[in-house]
Amino acid sequence: MNKRKFLARATAGLTTLAAASLLSFTALAADTIKIGTVAPKTGPLAGGSLVSQWPNVDLWVHEVNERGGLKMKEGQKKIELIAYDDKTNPTEHIKAVQRLATQDKVDFIIAPYGTGFNIAAAPIYSKYGYPQIAVTSVTDQIGELTERFPSLFFTLGDTTSFVAGLKDVLVKLKDSGEINNKIAMVNVADAFGIELADVARPLLQEAGFELVYDKSYPLGTPDLSPIIKGAKATEADSFIAWSYPPDTFGLTEQAVIENYDVKVFYTAVATAFPAYAGKFGSKIENVLGAGGVNPDTDEMKAYRARHEEVTGKAPDYWASANTYASLQILEAAIEGVGEVDREAVTNYIKSNTFDTIMGPINFDDQNSNRFWTVGQWQEGVFRGVVSSNIEGAVDVKLKDGWN
Amino acid sequence: MDILISGLLLGGTYALVAMGLNLQYGVARIMNLANGETLVLGALAAFLAFTAISLSPLVTLVIVAPLAFAANWLVYQFLLRPLVKRAKTSGQLEVDSILATFGMSFALVGIMVSIHGEYYTYSFLARPFEILGTTVAQNRLVAFFAAVIIGGGLVAWLNYTRTGTAVRAVSVDTEAARLVGINVPRVSALAFALGGAVTAVGGTLISTFITLDGSIGVIFTMKALIIVIMGGVGDLRGSIIAAVVLGLVETAVASLIDPGLTLVAAYVIFLGILLFRPQGLFGKRNA
Repeated sequence: MNKRKFLARATAGLTTLAAASLLSFTALAADTIKIGTVAPKTGPLAGGSLVSQWPNVDLWVHEVNERGGLKMKEGQKKIELIAYDDKTNPTEHIKAVQRLATQDKVDFIIAPYGTGFNIAAAPIYSKYGYPQIAVTSVTDQIGELTERFPSLFFTLGDTTSFVAGLKDVLVKLKDSGEINNKIAMVNVADAFGIELADVARPLLQEAGFELVYDKSYPLGTPDLSPIIKGAKATEADSFIAWSYPPDTFGLTEQAVIENYDVKVFYTAVATAFPAYAGKFGSKIENVLGAGGVNPDTDEMKAYRARHEEVTGKAPDYWASANTYASLQILEAAIEGVGEVDREAVTNYIKSNTFDTIMGPINFDDQNSNRFWTVGQWQEGVFRGVVSSNIEGAVDVKLKDGWN
Repeated sequence: MDILISGLLLGGTYALVAMGLNLQYGVARIMNLANGETLVLGALAAFLAFTAISLSPLVTLVIVAPLAFAANWLVYQFLLRPLVKRAKTSGQLEVDSILATFGMSFALVGIMVSIHGEYYTYSFLARPFEILGTTVAQNRLVAFFAAVIIGGGLVAWLNYTRTGTAVRAVSVDTEAARLVGINVPRVSALAFALGGAVTAVGGTLISTFITLDGSIGVIFTMKALIIVIMGGVGDLRGSIIAAVVLGLVETAVASLIDPGLTLVAAYVIFLGILLFRPQGLFGKRNA
């Protein structure tokens, strides 16, 4: 077979294949409900979304379809998931949403992963009328955004309450004389870290704390030892890092190596990841971090078991549960309306209370006030210690060495 | 003292990142944009071996080196050799190789993400070590010594062996090297494969103290490129010295001024060298 013949045959083969798949696709479309999802599978945010977002999407679709599908007025419909990788690039994300809306003609879209993406993509979700239940999105512009985009919902809280949760922990410890009023604070120099540090500075100072070390470092800094050494040289009893996953791991490792003896050690994103405990084992006992869950409720236990069974790995102790809860909300709203009417579903979300693995959730001006802000590793489990309107917070313990 | 030691260790890390690219770009004339992905592959191997069968990264390294060498040799022979053959000028080869390896980098990212999309994080020798009153991490120290051994070995090999001399000759001038009877395609393939092996081994070592993921390769490619250009394309000593300078300066800035300014400091040096010595520290001025 010469090259040209081979090419001709290959093309013919591919065309048949494409035609066949198109046929099966149209046959399927009649009795399924199409749900689109766009999130990073590659790029800087992929490591996080593959822990908190994608497994939950898979788990939810698997469970709904196992039950026979979503209960609609004209009978049960299975979910057909159409997923795209946005490569952690907002332009790609918006293109993918456009494609989902205009070419794939999906019925609903699962909200993006990450604060920046949820905000950047809100106009396009709103333009096509898709309800967007943002989970992994912590911002102080919730009021402004929900006013502008009537189909946008928030579930993880705003920046101020996020920081205030930690501040409350520190104030309590300071007032009982367990820690001094000096804090070493660092942040990763990108939108997330800068915003949190900017909110934290006045909040902590008003509460009577003195920031004796306050530095930022670029994303992807290969050697964080100067930072831990610098913080260690101060008299602060508390160390706070508004950090991203690679530096959360890096700062903790340096703290272990330097035997950085603080009473409060806080790192932000990825502290709640199973991989964090996997890496450090018992050394991270009493490390504080962003998020948290109450792992002791029956719903949460069942969810964690199913997550491991279906996806083969454990969920994290923060956004995983919120993400799954947001999908439960979407599911209940679609079933409540019973047909693919995006506006009706949006209104249904606004006016109903939903039973989720995190307990009942309802929206006040498109914002849910049920979330965890601070958690702590206690005996191998990352438990919530500060929450907004969720029960089951445990007492904070002081860090005692890195063993 | 703190700064000196931490800076040297960081310099060692940077040397691991850059030495491989120097061989590939300086000798084989392939501007390998998939260099960072090669590094991350080495890290992925270490991570998988460690988490699956708790194999020490130092053992993985011994397996990774020949594998990476063979894989890179094949890549050069089958993917890049045709580009070298058809390129009429070195400029064209540069453009072609950039495009080809850019594509390769995407393919590699895809493969790595499908194997393990999350962070490659594990703990190996994350213990303190006292050295002249400074605490350093053992894993960084190990990586530093490995960098010294690899760097020293390569420099010795390039300067004191026949093949090494041939490699240097090709790096200076491919035409002239051919005229004195050096098998240029073979030497280029050797340099490319060796560069890939060094990079992958670097990745294995770096994974013990930096948390990597499938998509992070491009950051290392950039760093390597900066160091190679600073040191002078085709001169290994230049890359090693540039790496150490960068490590020392970044650590000094982070400790004495502000950690936020490390990147700025790095680029200021880079700019300075580009302005005043565009051929790099050890580079030879182009005719």
